[in-house]
Amino acid sequence: MSLALIVLASAITNNIALTYFLGMCPFIAISKSLRGAAGMGLAVTVVVVITTTVNYFAYRFVLVPLRLEFLAFVVFIMSIAGIVQMLEILVERYFPSLYSIFGIFLPLITVNCVILAVSLFMVLREYTFWGTVAYSFGSGLGWMIAITAMAGLRKHLAFSSPVKNLGDAGITIVLAGLMALAFLGFQGMLA
Amino acid sequence: MSGNGIRASKGFSTFVENIWLSNPIFVMVLGVCSSLAVTTKLANALVMGISVTFVLCISSFIISLVRKLIPEQVRLIVFMLIISTFVITVDLVLRILVPEVSKGLGPYIGLIITNCNLMGRAEAFAIKNPPGLSFLDSLGTGLGYTLVLLVLGFLRELITSGSLFGIVLLRNWTSWNLVSIAPGAFFLLASIIIVFNMLKRKNKTASVTADKPR
Repeated sequence: MSLALIVLASAITNNIALTYFLGMCPFIAISKSLRGAAGMGLAVTVVVVITTTVNYFAYRFVLVPLRLEFLAFVVFIMSIAGIVQMLEILVERYFPSLYSIFGIFLPLITVNCVILAVSLFMVLREYTFWGTVAYSFGSGLGWMIAITAMAGLRKHLAFSSPVKNLGDAGITIVLAGLMALAFLGFQGMLA
Repeated sequence: MSGNGIRASKGFSTFVENIWLSNPIFVMVLGVCSSLAVTTKLANALVMGISVTFVLCISSFIISLVRKLIPEQVRLIVFMLIISTFVITVDLVLRILVPEVSKGLGPYIGLIITNCNLMGRAEAFAIKNPPGLSFLDSLGTGLGYTLVLLVLGFLRELITSGSLFGIVLLRNWTSWNLVSIAPGAFFLLASIIIVFNMLKRKNKTASVTADKPR
């Protein structure tokens, strides 16, 4: 029950893109097409679950016993870079059809702040193992929902003419603000 | 002598260009995450800006120094290793010097590692240019970033609580909470982008006419 709550809370009420502003660069840059956005969202969800779980073990069973917690940043980012690289090779080799959906986004993911942030939050909030899995899955899912919805909204921009000085990025930021406002409405749902 | 002058002026022009014309947040839309998340208070914004500028300058300088030794295939990982080393340094220093601000910034100090500006500068500039020039380039980017953070932090803290750096300036201020939460941050950034683009357009027409004689 509480695990389901963690998933829902991280995916909807505390959406990682819209309340913590994480992963904004790809959120703005890759939300031009629906297909691209969904692919990126899927890739982020897969990678975030795997890396956070690995980082959980690395932190709990290596860094804490050795009192090397201050090295967490280096260890986390290296394991993320390594896992992403490995995943890219494996997916390209064994699942070519999957690779065509989200393979091209994998190299971009290492510098996606969502991935590192979920690992850092995992440490700060002291989740248990299953809590970590639930939290990382919820966060990835929430980010995917947000970017896919954004791509859908941006499609409709073709029919409207926003203020010229706002530019392409500016109007996306306004849309993100409106979406954040809408997601605020879920806040009372999980009390 | 004259070669030196040209180098210096090139350094200066990249420096200025990065602050204003290709401002990391307004024009490139890079590093938006932290700029929105840490600007609820002006003090947090200032500390974050300084930290990013510091990591940016030092890491660019070092990457540029060893650029001939880095194998191309693993350069991204080398960049990250260098960057994260300095981020850890900054994190430890902040925890001792300004413990409250450090707590307020939470995971966002660690997230400097994935701030796109750092990788962007390393990949686009430091790997191809000498250390001095890379340092200036990064200093410009860092200051441009800090500038936006300060503007956002100033507006958000003033509008939310009528105070700056925690000192109450406007008494009986009706706090406008929307600005301190996520949607308000997005709207505020968008409005600043409008103002920036208007200024830039005006500047551009002015500088085009000024540049003509050359």
